[in-house]
Amino acid sequence: MSERLMNTKLATKEYRTLSQIKGPLVFVERVADVAYDEMVQIIDPDGHPRVGRVLEISGDMAVIQMFLGTEGLDISRTGVRFSGDVVRLKVSLSMLGRILNGMGEPIDGGPAIVPEKMEDINGSPINPAVRNEPREFIQTGISTIDGLNSLARGQKLPIFSGSGLPGNELAAQIASQARVLTEGKDSDEPFAVVFAAIGITHRESSFFIEHFRSSGALDRTIVFLNHADDPTIERIMTPRAALTTAEYLAFTHDLHVLVILTDMTNYCEALRELSVAREELPGRRGYPGYMYSDLASLYERAGRIKGKQGSVTQLILLSMPDDDITHPIPDLTGYITEGQIVLGRILNQKGVFPPVDVLPSLSRLMKEAIGEGHTREDHQSLADQIYSFYAEGRELEKLVAIIGETSLTEQDQRILNFSKSFEQKFVNQGNENRSIEQTLDLAWELLSEFPKESLKRIPEVLIEKYYKG
Amino acid sequence: MEAIDNVTGTINRISGPVVGVSGLDGARLHDMVLVGEAKLVGEVIRMSGQQATIQVYEETSGLKIGEPITGTGHPLVAHLGPGLMGQIFDGLQRPLNKLAEIEGDFLRKGVTEDSLPKDKKWKFTALVKEGDFIKPGNLLGEIPETQSITHRVLVPLQISGRVVEVHAGDLTLAQPVAMIEDATGKIIPIGMEHVWPVRSPRPYKRRLDLAEPLVTGKRVIDAFFPIPKGGSAIIPGGFGTGKTVIQQSLARWADVDVVVYVGCGERGNEMAEVLMELPELEDRVKGIPLINRTVLIANTSNMPVAAREASIYLGITIAEYYRDMGYDVLMLADSTSRWGEALREVSGRLEEIPGEEGYPAYLSSRLAEFYERAGHVDCLGNGEDKPYAGHREGSVSLVGAVSPPGGDFSDPITQSSMRIAGVFWALDYELSRKRHFPAINWIKSFSLVDLSRWFGDMVEEDFPKLVQEAKSLLGRENELLQVVQLIGQDALSDMEREVLVISKLLREDFLQQSSIQDVDTYCSLEKSYWMLKVILTYHQRAQSALDKGIDLSEITNLTVLQRIARMKEIPLEKSVPELKRLAGKINDVFDSLVSNWEAENV
Repeated sequence: MSERLMNTKLATKEYRTLSQIKGPLVFVERVADVAYDEMVQIIDPDGHPRVGRVLEISGDMAVIQMFLGTEGLDISRTGVRFSGDVVRLKVSLSMLGRILNGMGEPIDGGPAIVPEKMEDINGSPINPAVRNEPREFIQTGISTIDGLNSLARGQKLPIFSGSGLPGNELAAQIASQARVLTEGKDSDEPFAVVFAAIGITHRESSFFIEHFRSSGALDRTIVFLNHADDPTIERIMTPRAALTTAEYLAFTHDLHVLVILTDMTNYCEALRELSVAREELPGRRGYPGYMYSDLASLYERAGRIKGKQGSVTQLILLSMPDDDITHPIPDLTGYITEGQIVLGRILNQKGVFPPVDVLPSLSRLMKEAIGEGHTREDHQSLADQIYSFYAEGRELEKLVAIIGETSLTEQDQRILNFSKSFEQKFVNQGNENRSIEQTLDLAWELLSEFPKESLKRIPEVLIEKYYKG
Repeated sequence: MEAIDNVTGTINRISGPVVGVSGLDGARLHDMVLVGEAKLVGEVIRMSGQQATIQVYEETSGLKIGEPITGTGHPLVAHLGPGLMGQIFDGLQRPLNKLAEIEGDFLRKGVTEDSLPKDKKWKFTALVKEGDFIKPGNLLGEIPETQSITHRVLVPLQISGRVVEVHAGDLTLAQPVAMIEDATGKIIPIGMEHVWPVRSPRPYKRRLDLAEPLVTGKRVIDAFFPIPKGGSAIIPGGFGTGKTVIQQSLARWADVDVVVYVGCGERGNEMAEVLMELPELEDRVKGIPLINRTVLIANTSNMPVAAREASIYLGITIAEYYRDMGYDVLMLADSTSRWGEALREVSGRLEEIPGEEGYPAYLSSRLAEFYERAGHVDCLGNGEDKPYAGHREGSVSLVGAVSPPGGDFSDPITQSSMRIAGVFWALDYELSRKRHFPAINWIKSFSLVDLSRWFGDMVEEDFPKLVQEAKSLLGRENELLQVVQLIGQDALSDMEREVLVISKLLREDFLQQSSIQDVDTYCSLEKSYWMLKVILTYHQRAQSALDKGIDLSEITNLTVLQRIARMKEIPLEKSVPELKRLAGKINDVFDSLVSNWEAENV
């Protein structure tokens, strides 16, 4: 098929048959031989090209979605050229260390990207039969993640943040501290960071770039920048460009790629804007009904492939509107990703950093990536025990607020104390970079305040071995 | 079904997975069509005059106006025959391992590949002989398909007559196993493979009662909310509440012959986990790797949306096919919500009038049709098998995960499914946050099928009574906790406080069950019974001790409580005698407690 498309490309002609411009959509009439999802060049009245893609065709009319806005276009003088191919991105190993816009064009003043390959920006699904299960533990240096919600290579893990919560700070810290341990030592496998800024502010993006520079990771990083003041519609492309690059680096150049997507809430809003312009039937809160599938087409581009060295791991940031975890954006994300790290506003107000609320947080791939041979034999049961006590502690806090501490039993009192010191010592670690050993030892220290027999979640042999009485 | 040739139309509209076509004369509703020059698989979903609408099961990018659409003359079908077991298919039944060999690590569109291996030879043993008269559903012969499954070759529907030739030995799917002469004298070859339209339920002789539980090894399911063989259950729950873990656990430990696992619009890494794990895990009874009894269908969330529907129907058709051989089959669908959303998306593109939450009005009838394909049946041809005298009863049990938005059970898919399925395992955010797994809420869940007679006969007579007692204790706890939240523990009597203590034991030491730790991941019915017996023995003795006037603290300080907390760790084979001893020990401890107290106070 590609050959046939290449031939038509040579015969490209320019249409000047626009009938309507509406939001990010352009309607062209009397076209022939147009393919669904094809890339389109719109030549504005000043002769500058802009990129779009075919969204729908009906008879001889095509609907085109623009990526760079429709400002300045008109009906009579705007030209349309169909490329005969899907939207492709130039990819190359030499993109490392570069700063690009949301469409993958350099904006750092450096030379143009010399492509090693042109890749379809939508990618193709990985055949489920060749996927390799993520089993390699990534040490992020953060106790609440390593100890209780461990991350594995090839996983996609979102951070559910909120306005004013330090989600970006946490993501930056993870990006600079993350390492895979092989036999207790740092592995020196080649890695790269692909950073996609989607509709974030200049302040936020310069924070990230400065962070990468100071940790010495900048020359291993590719930055895709779409700022809050860039065209909304370009945000549809930014994560796709980033993931296409990441897949290329991982599966062609054998790199372990960490992709950071921030902030996916802005992406979803762009998606809604586009959907409204198309007059589609709105789903929950006006977001389109296909948002689940659309988000899945991004998030599912994480993983490992049998027989391939590289991997794609995703760290996804999103702001929960009004801290509501049932809002469609975090809700649909949570159904696709392999767990979530949730930040808590109350912890943040207490001055705890990072303010990870462990109760609603989860890592689905944890059990495969920890334990003997990965981290330590006691890891899982330790995590279970902490969860059980902390959940009880939080309930007791609520109870105490109503009826006071007087009716508490001795065990209740211990649990209440535990939950306070857990937040202050275990969660609140500031910028410290803790090894997994340190994290697990700290957990034992906290749990050893309890009598041995109340540690129901931990097998007796492990209590004998690790309990600090 | 004979193909009608030359049914060709021309594409005149493309919108995502929905394509408009004109001139497709002669095609019927739900016929399968090949779309465009890439020959993408699609299905006719609407007809209006000269115009037909096609739902395309593959990615449509690159498709053009004016490209041809060809009818195949038959609906979407499943290819049924030996070679299904241990395979992983996509929603269109393309073998994914084979596709990986041909086209590499990423899925491309328009690739066709035989569902079942055409060149592989199967050892066919005939069970009919020349001169026998046969009817649809009769047993023709057997093939050892995998270590655990004997594939029974049955006479396809619409074929009956006299056997004139029988072939046995090593045969491929292309070779007939028997030749039949029908009433008109026509000679018909019968092979090991046949096709079946996925949307049509396969016929059976009659439905049978649901009287036997499907044992899953999870205490909360088996004891509290059992699913019968041939029944259907739904598991609704927000993300992170453990739907997939329960489904995977059922795939491992359920006492069925065949498992069909459909990953519908879910995570790729989870399918990888199942795929890597099943060859390593062994059947509890026979010790054979579980992959030998499992068929996997993977249509992950990033694969084409419309194919989610196909994957669900393909799965249930394969399940019915093995049911007809006389097997107990469990079909797991994770998640039916993604299928419902695919219906909604396609419906939206068809510009249909939306029902609740944008779902089409036919959502609940589609769900009902699907769940009603579960059942315990007398197989077609049962009792007529010659010379094989075996009894062919089979069942399809159906467990569907539901992913309600925001974990809110008022969503249309949860509500429609709940009305049809007889068993409801409600997963709870609060429980999962406390890491109480399986996070099945004991207040909201239910099982409408009464299996108490079976449990009374097959396990222990008082098992149903104990379960009822445990459930009402937990219900009582719920009421008492509301009081505690308002005015504190002090307002409760000692008897009431004891209920709280026991309920905690029931929750933590009975209902909670790890899916990770080896010892406790599977629990037999006998062990479940004895665990419950131990806890409730303690409860009865404690209540009567309190009644006498013994202080609650004396009862809750008994060290035997620590042994109750470790009941789960007792290995299965030693569990019944050890738990019996523990129950005896509890009686002893209370006996001495009571006699000491009486010596001091009376």
